[in-house]
Order: sequence, then C-alpha cells, then structure tokens
Amino acid sequence: MNEKRMIEEEKHYEEVIAEESICINDNLVYEKPDTLLDTPMHYCPGCGHGVAHRLIAEAIDELGIQEDTIGVAPVGCSVFAYNYLNIDMTEAAHGRASAVATGIKRVLPEKYVFSYQGDGDLAAIGTGETLHTCNRGENILIVFINNGIYGMTGGQMAPTTLKGIKTTTTPFGRDVKVMGNPLKITELIAQLPGVYYCTRVAVNNPKNVRRAKKAILNGFQYQKREKGLSFVEVVSNCPSNWKMTPVESNKWMEEHMFTFYPLGDLKVPEKEDQ
Amino acid sequence: MKKELKLMKGNEAMAEAAIRAGADAYFGYPITPQSEVMEYLTNFANQKTGMVILQAESEIAAINMIYGAAGAGKKVMTSSSSPGISLMQEGISYIACAELPCLLVNVVRGGPGLGTIQPSQGDYFQSVKGGGHGDYKMIVLAPSTVQEMVDYVKLGFDLAFKWRNPVMMLTDGALGQMMEKVELFEQLPRETVKGIEKWATIGKTKDRERNVITSLHIQPDKMEEINLHLQAKYKKIEEEEIRFEEFAMEDAEYMITAFGLVARICQKAAMLAREKGMKVGVFRPQTLFPFPYKQIDSYTNQVKGILDVEMNAGQMVEDIRLAVKGKVFVEFHGRMGGVVPSPEEILEKIEEKFVGVPA
Repeated sequence: MNEKRMIEEEKHYEEVIAEESICINDNLVYEKPDTLLDTPMHYCPGCGHGVAHRLIAEAIDELGIQEDTIGVAPVGCSVFAYNYLNIDMTEAAHGRASAVATGIKRVLPEKYVFSYQGDGDLAAIGTGETLHTCNRGENILIVFINNGIYGMTGGQMAPTTLKGIKTTTTPFGRDVKVMGNPLKITELIAQLPGVYYCTRVAVNNPKNVRRAKKAILNGFQYQKREKGLSFVEVVSNCPSNWKMTPVESNKWMEEHMFTFYPLGDLKVPEKEDQ
Repeated sequence: MKKELKLMKGNEAMAEAAIRAGADAYFGYPITPQSEVMEYLTNFANQKTGMVILQAESEIAAINMIYGAAGAGKKVMTSSSSPGISLMQEGISYIACAELPCLLVNVVRGGPGLGTIQPSQGDYFQSVKGGGHGDYKMIVLAPSTVQEMVDYVKLGFDLAFKWRNPVMMLTDGALGQMMEKVELFEQLPRETVKGIEKWATIGKTKDRERNVITSLHIQPDKMEEINLHLQAKYKKIEEEEIRFEEFAMEDAEYMITAFGLVARICQKAAMLAREKGMKVGVFRPQTLFPFPYKQIDSYTNQVKGILDVEMNAGQMVEDIRLAVKGKVFVEFHGRMGGVVPSPEEILEKIEEKFVGVPA
C-alpha cells in the first residue's frame, strides 16, 4: 500500500469514527476501565497478562476503590504492571511482592492491597514470603499468573514447568529426577488456615474470563470484610516462549496445563460466612 | 511519657527511643546480640502508641516489609546483626534507589560467616561503601554510648525524612548489651510527615497523578539521570551532615582515630598516654557517611602521627589515609572476632608506633 493511499484511508476512518451517531453512550458495549491507563502494553500478542490486568482494573472500578487501592508489581514479565494501572503502585524485588504488600497493609490497614506475581516470583525465589504471608492470613489479595515458564528472561524452566517440557534450561525436557516435579503451590497454600479464599482460574475464553473476574472481585470484597488472605491463580500461556501461536498456546494450555493444574475453587468460605 | 533518666540496656533503650520518636512500624527477625529490640517493642510499643510490630519470617522478608511500609510514607525501622544485615543488602539497594526513608540498625557481631555473637566493627565497609549492588549511600551514624543510641534513633528518623534516604545506625554487640544511664526524650506524637503525598503509595486521590515506587528504569539515559540525582543528593549530605567529636585534640601531637565503642576505650588510652607525657587526642567520626575527611585533614599540620584503632582488620583506616593523603604516618591497630581492645593495649601500641617518631 502506498503512503498516499494509507493517509487517505486513515482520514476516511477518522471521519467515520468521528460520526457522533455511533459514538453515543447508549451504543457503547465496551470501554476502557478508568483504572486501566491508555498505555500500549509491552506484552506479547496473545499473552494472558493483558486480560488479567484489565480484570483487576474492572474490579477496582466496579467496587469504586481506585483511590484506596495500592498494588505491588513483581519482577518478571509483569514488572511494568504499574505502567498500566492508574493507582499507586510499588515495584518489589524479585519474589518479595507479598512481603512488600504485607508492609503496606500493616501500616495502611484501611486500604486495599494486592500483589501481582508470576510463577518464578511467587513459587521459586519468593516461596518463603508467599507461604508465610498466606500463613499469617494477611488481609490482602494475591494474583498469581502461572504460565509454567520464565518469560522475561527468555524461556527458562519455572517451578511450575510441566514434566518433560523443553525450556532453554531444560533443553532435553524437564527431568523430574534432576529438576524436581512441577510445584502445585496453590494446593499447598489452600491448606493454610490463614487463607480464606483460594481458587484457580484462566482467561482463555469468555466463560473463564468472567469466572476470573468474579474471583478477583471476591478477593477485594473479602479484603473489605477483613477475612484474611485471598489467593487467585490464573493459569496462563506464553506464546513467545512456548514457541506457539496464541491460538495454539491456548489449545496446548487447555490440554496440558489444565490437566495438571485443574481449574476451580480450592478453598471457599463457609456458607454462613459468604 | 516525659523526659526521664533510666538505667537501660542499649538494645532496649533504642527500642524505647523508637516508641518515643513516634515510629509507626518495626519489622524484624531475631538474631543475637540484638533480639531485645523486638522483644521490648512487642511488650510495650503497640500498647503505648499503636506502633505496628511484626516478626518476619526472615531478614529478607523484613527489609521488604520495610520497603513497602516506608513507601507508604510511614516512619519504619528494623534492626539486625551482621549476617542478617547481609541478607538485607538487596532490599537496601532498592530502598536507596527508590529514595525511601527508614532507619536500619546493625548491632554488629564478629564475622565473617556465622562468626561470633561478640561485638565487632567488621561491617564498616558494608555500611559505608555500599554493601548492596549499585552506586548508593546510606547515612551511617556510629554511636559510642547507650545515650547516643537513643539520640540517634530520633536523629536517624529526622535525617531519613529530610533526605528521603535510608539511615543506618552502626553499633555493636557490646553497646547493645551494656547497661548505662540514659536520658530518654519525651514522647513525640505519631503523625504523618508533611509532603509524603508527593511520592508515597497511600492511595491515588483524584487531585494528583499516581505515585509509583520503583528502582527500575530500563532506558540508560533515564537510569543515569537517577544516578546523577542520587550522587548530587549524597554530595549535599556531605556538605551538611558531617558530625564528629574531638577529645583532647587542642594540643595533641598524636591523634587516635576510632569510631563507636572503641573511641571510648581510646579516650582512656589517651589519658593514660598523657600521664606518661605524650600528648595524645582522639578524633571520633559520628557520621561514617558522610565522612569528616576535611576535618581529619586539618590536623595534618598539627600531629606527628595517627593511630587508627578498630575492631576489624582495618576498614575506616582506609578513609583516614584518604583524608591525610600521605602527609602524616597512619598506623593501625585492630582486634577481630569479637575481641575488644583494652586501654593498656592501645597505650602500648601508641608507644610502640610513635616513640621516636621524628617531628
């Protein structure tokens, strides 16, 4: 396409979009949440992070807690989460997001605090902080993105990498005799008395996206009622480092990840508590 | 609580000072010889002022709780001893880069490794020259009495907020454990420090942009800009915050340099030397960063020799040598592994090194 034609086409679309008739609020079916900033995301095409960010932003909007929420970003692919959410945020050292969130929540108990962490951050280098934060029942929400690989550093083995899977540090596949088994940390966490709510969701299709959003909403609502720790695992994909197209990666996730990390609630509040 | 005189153990006095200074939170992990700090705080702090005390699962968790709570604009503090402070170094580097105010206390014990629980000054380099990764500085206060441990808690919080920088109190196992008479300052209210809404994560109100606390700046020019800003701040701190104490320096022909507990022992040694007719004085830096280079250099026209005494293999002595730039002999005497030098031993060193030194 030559440049002249491109300019003409752009102009045409601008005119069409500017038509007030289709831009009236009544016709809106989808809009950017207030809490989501209008910044291009650095995530790869097809990655689950963008959807997960949006769900957090929607939940914050719907609960009207934007002014009272403080987020903690991890080290990993979502290290820049603070660039996308229009709330006060802190960027933690690798693995320490839940300790940082503890520090914030203990001095600002009336605020909503959440950490957003990947599998390497939460289940390898930060396992100690994760377990103890959960065990203390800190009144916060932890959102855990599990895609079974180190994305930011270029596809190394994660604690949650499935058996036999090839990564840049397991070029012949994960040998559990050498590298241990994939860690079901969410199952471990669900055992802890301090944990009030523990669930595993995904964002691969509209039904799961709605469930994931409900889980995040639950987490913030339980926090409001000072119930203790809410833990939401989002089983996710990594097209770039799995070396698949976005569609292939979702299919692979459904077939393999969901088998080992089954979706559903691991711990829900007692009936009278809900 | 009014001003009062008490006989107190260093660690407990420091804890009481934190309560009285209006501290908002303490996060820590037990380690000898400073465990009394958290024990005292858990007994009294919350009841007196509502201060938050939390025993973390590790020093790594503790320093990251400090990072979070300091980022929320609160007056926060931790204390530990050498191996524990080593574990905190990554967090301290983040805190320094993100320019968060906090008070860290190292009740130093002998090292390296697990070492001993006896006093040492072996963490001078770690405190003053970096410790963690990257170019950063902490303001380092070195008390030599239990009274100074109390006073430096208050001073430490003031400096931390004035400069938005971590402040380290470098004390040792002997000062932490010894009992001395102290004058406790009166209770200050716990109140929000003015201006924190400009940077602290306290919830983004509609009238301002969001606050982000981070030490990540991927673009090299931006990261250099942050570094230049930090270096400019450290330079200003060097201009404004140097503190030191001189003992019998007016007519001194020989100077002992020492910090912390050792400086007190050196004062006694100087008195013993004067009884023998040697004019010896003691120069004690109270701030190790910023370091009183110029003030030490100013004595190079007056003294014939310098003896630096430390409870380590010779750390501050490097800064003394930088200060005097070869103009005066600088000798060193150090004990390690938790051994505290005696005044007689230091006197012997003075005689050994300086009797017969040409003028």
